[in-house]
Amino acid sequence: VTSAPAWPDALYAELLAAGIKQVVYVPDAGHRRLIELAHANPELTTVVLTTEEEGIGVLAGAYLGGQRGVLLMQSSGVGNCINALALPAECRIPLLMLVTMRGEWGEFNPWQVAMGQATPATLAAMGVIVLRADEAERIVETVRAGAGLAFDSGRMVAVLIGQRALGAKVFRK
Amino acid sequence: VSQLERRAVTRQLLRSRGDALVVTGLGSSTYDVFAAGDSPLTFYLWGAMGSAAMVGLGLANAQPGRRIVVVTGDGEMLMGLGALATIGVRRPTNLAVVVIDNGLYAETGMQRTHTAHGVDLAAVARGCGFAAADTVQTPAELDALERSLYTGPGPRFAAIKVAPEPTKIELAPRDGPYLRSRFREALLGKSACL
Repeated sequence: VTSAPAWPDALYAELLAAGIKQVVYVPDAGHRRLIELAHANPELTTVVLTTEEEGIGVLAGAYLGGQRGVLLMQSSGVGNCINALALPAECRIPLLMLVTMRGEWGEFNPWQVAMGQATPATLAAMGVIVLRADEAERIVETVRAGAGLAFDSGRMVAVLIGQRALGAKVFRK
Repeated sequence: VSQLERRAVTRQLLRSRGDALVVTGLGSSTYDVFAAGDSPLTFYLWGAMGSAAMVGLGLANAQPGRRIVVVTGDGEMLMGLGALATIGVRRPTNLAVVVIDNGLYAETGMQRTHTAHGVDLAAVARGCGFAAADTVQTPAELDALERSLYTGPGPRFAAIKVAPEPTKIELAPRDGPYLRSRFREALLGKSACL
């Protein structure tokens, strides 16, 4: 058992500094600590989703109502979002997505590979700006840059957190 | 078959909206709400099918002091049925979802939707934990809904069974940045656009 990484706490602080008020997510192991921290903060509204595309609508509504939010998901959820992205794309509504990657760095489950490999191209095809962090020490600064691009320049931004930074999920214990 | 006419239903419900924020689902619901009278505090969806109720939830979270009313169609609601479960977890007291239910996909050639085959959206909403979830089929029930929609504790849901006759398309504004900015300016003030 390795010790818990430090970056989720720093990432949480960065999201608060960016003015995030709504944290909407489909659970993922890579976002586990961040989700716990968000739930523990009564100043934040957390929304657990049944499917990732719901989060695109929730965050569009949040922005219309004067709040910033962030959407957390695993790469397998990116494909679920495609048509919903028409809303922030056409209305130029800021969108910040944090995507933990599967299907790339030492993946055990072959069913994760198709969507994982297609994730950057799928997002780009819908006009989402894709940033990547493949080392743990780059995650916070990449999210800071992504939040600036999203909220200051009114763009859709996905920050992909590489499986290399997270470590591949272990199936054989 | 219900005798309620969708344009009259929408007009009646929206005459009492006051300062409520309204989100519409693409297709006939967007046309109906526009035909009842345009407002900068109405956000019309023209796409992203299945998203209307979720836009309402994000707004309800951000504006707890305002009533949020989502007006959508049965086809649009069915595409995002999980949204009712997600609302059921948050249970925002200021959110209402109204489905104008003709049992048809009017935009694509009047094919029957799941509700025409008996799928009961109000029962789904009830099962998801909505504070109130009704099916409205008569003028008396519609009168009661007009009163409860803006004052009753949410989340509230109503499926209004309407006559299947097609209605004329009323072209609401569809330029996304215009709809976004006029809504935010009317709600949040000029500073929202700085």
